[in-house]
Amino acid sequence: MSWQIGIEDLDALAIGAAILGTGGGGDPYIGRVMAETAIRENGSVTVYNVDDLDDDRWVIPIAGMGAPTVLFEKVPRGTEPVAAFRRLEDHLGVQDAFPCPIEAGGINSMVPLQVAALLKRPVVDADGMGRAFPALYMQTFHIFGIQGTPACIASEFDDFVILDHLHDNYALEWIARGITIRMGGHTFLSQFPMRGHDVKRSAIRGTLSLGLRIGKAVLLAEKNHRDPLEAVCEATHYAGYGRGQIVFSGKIVEVSRRTADGFARGKVRIQGLNADRDQSFEIEFQNENLLIRHEERILAMVPDLITVLDSHTGLAVTTERLRYGQRVAVLVIPAPAIMKSPEALQVWGPRGFDYDFDYEKYFGR
Amino acid sequence: MKYRLGIDVGGTNTDAVILTPDDMVVAKTKTPVTRDVVSSIRDAVRAVLKDSELPADAISHAMLGTTQVTNAIIERQRLNPVGMIRIGAPATLAVPPLTGWPASLKEMVQRASIMVRGGHEFDGRPMAPLGLNDIRRFLDENAHTLSSIAVTAVFSPVNAEHELAVRDLIGDEYPHLTVSLSHEIGSVGLLERENATVLNAAVAEVASMAANAFEDALREVGVEAALFFAQNDGTLMAMDYALRYPILTVACGPTNSMRGAAFLSRLDDAVIIDVGGTSSDIGMIRGGFPRQSSLAVEVGGVRTNFRMPDLIALGLGGGSRVRESEERVTVGPDSVGYRIIEEAQVFGGDVLTFTDVAVGQKKAHIGHRNPTVSQDLSERAYREALRIIEEGIDRMKTSAEPVPLIAVGGGSALLPDRLEGVSEVIRPLHFDVANAIGAAIAQVSGRVDRIYAMTGRSRDQVIQDAIATAQADAVRAGADRNTLEIIEVEEIPLAYLPSNASRVRITVAGQLAGDPL
Repeated sequence: MSWQIGIEDLDALAIGAAILGTGGGGDPYIGRVMAETAIRENGSVTVYNVDDLDDDRWVIPIAGMGAPTVLFEKVPRGTEPVAAFRRLEDHLGVQDAFPCPIEAGGINSMVPLQVAALLKRPVVDADGMGRAFPALYMQTFHIFGIQGTPACIASEFDDFVILDHLHDNYALEWIARGITIRMGGHTFLSQFPMRGHDVKRSAIRGTLSLGLRIGKAVLLAEKNHRDPLEAVCEATHYAGYGRGQIVFSGKIVEVSRRTADGFARGKVRIQGLNADRDQSFEIEFQNENLLIRHEERILAMVPDLITVLDSHTGLAVTTERLRYGQRVAVLVIPAPAIMKSPEALQVWGPRGFDYDFDYEKYFGR
Repeated sequence: MKYRLGIDVGGTNTDAVILTPDDMVVAKTKTPVTRDVVSSIRDAVRAVLKDSELPADAISHAMLGTTQVTNAIIERQRLNPVGMIRIGAPATLAVPPLTGWPASLKEMVQRASIMVRGGHEFDGRPMAPLGLNDIRRFLDENAHTLSSIAVTAVFSPVNAEHELAVRDLIGDEYPHLTVSLSHEIGSVGLLERENATVLNAAVAEVASMAANAFEDALREVGVEAALFFAQNDGTLMAMDYALRYPILTVACGPTNSMRGAAFLSRLDDAVIIDVGGTSSDIGMIRGGFPRQSSLAVEVGGVRTNFRMPDLIALGLGGGSRVRESEERVTVGPDSVGYRIIEEAQVFGGDVLTFTDVAVGQKKAHIGHRNPTVSQDLSERAYREALRIIEEGIDRMKTSAEPVPLIAVGGGSALLPDRLEGVSEVIRPLHFDVANAIGAAIAQVSGRVDRIYAMTGRSRDQVIQDAIATAQADAVRAGADRNTLEIIEVEEIPLAYLPSNASRVRITVAGQLAGDPL
């Protein structure tokens, strides 16, 4: 079943996508403005269920790449995402591909909506990350053996680079990020062009709906003076994701960061409040939150979604904005099965982030 | 001979204080604000001079904290239209200036805007040559209808070259225009910085009226002192600087109040509670400055990236209603507010308030009648009120260690001398003029907030460089180099970018040069 997404949904999607961003993915604000402008001009966007795709239909996942700090300063021209999409279509000799998110979390939830609205095409209700992740090979499309190239990277000068062939998806990540730096630190790219039958076997389904659903729950709770945290937890139980759980609430007492290979690694220590008084927790992050430590135990870890929420509003706090003294609640959303296959865990389980232990699912405190 | 005069123009009162060279309060006054700001400042200054028995020429420095600029934005009054120049095209075209502004404000401010080529990348290299001809054409068409221009270039906090070029152009060819440059106002984050810059340009006329009122009032009473404005972060701007960057005064009220209270208590680290009639604000002072909020702040409904003091507001004050239901007793969040002097039991009314239960518990002596509330209920209600306050204090604190609590505001008399998590409760003298004192004791600051490439240099070198830049900025603003202290050092690596660039934020502050301290 397809459905329509309109301007009135964008507030909710921005909130939900920030929560699925697990601390990273960038503030959706600018992507939101771009999508809103396009939808205002061309009308609402049809959202296509994966099951309804023709097996032969071309689908091109599209996203922004690079540093959110650059994006917030060097705001896009607005034409880059469509340029990256159309140039790749030209390269493939295709004219009717559907855009699809690569990443359900953060600003990249909005980019395909803008493309879909401008081209008056449907967007696919799925993505390759199921949340936010820091590297292009961290997608189910890669895990299922689909080739990332040909790909296209576009800048605000209408410059574009076609990556026609790279021997694997790790090379795609390496080369695309290098080009992105030379282009000023943020670009838009289209990659993993594939047919409907490949989308059906490899995509994480329903994640656009999931983001919208979570955001709507937060807004509704606010309107009805209900607890937003409870509302978020209920809303995540959808499309194979588990029911969300608030692991603990507290206040941030220490944030430490360091740069390692271009990634902002760090940890945040949170002192429990109320029911969790006198307890101390630590979240380790690399742009996104990776795991939660409590005493000697690891309570939750990638790829399960760990998001720090403002305890009062239920809105996500990104790792760049973590600061001493904030009052927060820490949410864990169990990831769907497709993200926890042995092949997937090799890519984005703890070992994918240089930890020397295996994934264990979240059992609660 | 070297006394300082602190003035706070608030919504209802104009307060003034005179401090001795060693920071003793010589005289203070509170006078009602009249429509005419000049006369209310003049009256307040006359009153403190008279009280202190000092001649007008004993005042060497005069500091003004004012909400006039803030109110102009919130009330949408007396704002002037702005010409907006955005430098960075073809980037940034997706989100034009004033996107997301409330319609009422947009209407007053919007006059003409242009987006031209230019700007820089995050590493400081130019994106494109500056479109000076387009800017000149834009100014030729619009300059005659404008008094104020806002200039915002992509990555100007890293490289300000293009904004400075526009300033020079306007200075040479359109000298009647006031120019607001974004890199001098905000930090990285183009839209928020541009919003702040446009607001700054829109209050240029209000600011100049406020500054003239201040000067005129002082001249009328014969004070010939160096004049300063208090700004958001608890430091001062010289008059000429304040005229160029009036938006930086927008949150000086709560900052001055907290710094003033801390100063009166002789404490640099403490939690501060301001208990009013309807609500209480809790904040924290560390190293003499308010801890700042991590959230971006909206001013008059517009996103900016200013940082403001981190405050928790509790729905609990002297007039908060006490209610008893089957299971429990509640205090607030609704309040009788200013009607407390008619409606509270201790004033002869029939509403049970926080004030009544505090009097019932013999924690305060207020009003002219004994409350009729039972001992049991007043004890439970008082305990509930303290629970709310203690939880608020705990949320604000940095560790479980007990901290001193500075209690100010009309309702602070209701608080006991012992509270959970509090080492001592301090009730400073003169707290009713804490804002004016906060302005009078303010220091001069310098600031750096920009992106540094870390390649080829050690992190320490970069931080040292940034500190030196901030120190030079403070000295330029009038600080004495020997008294400079580092208030804040923060380094945030740029995510998803393997080029080792970090955003570094440094604030230093020191005493006014030539100040006799």
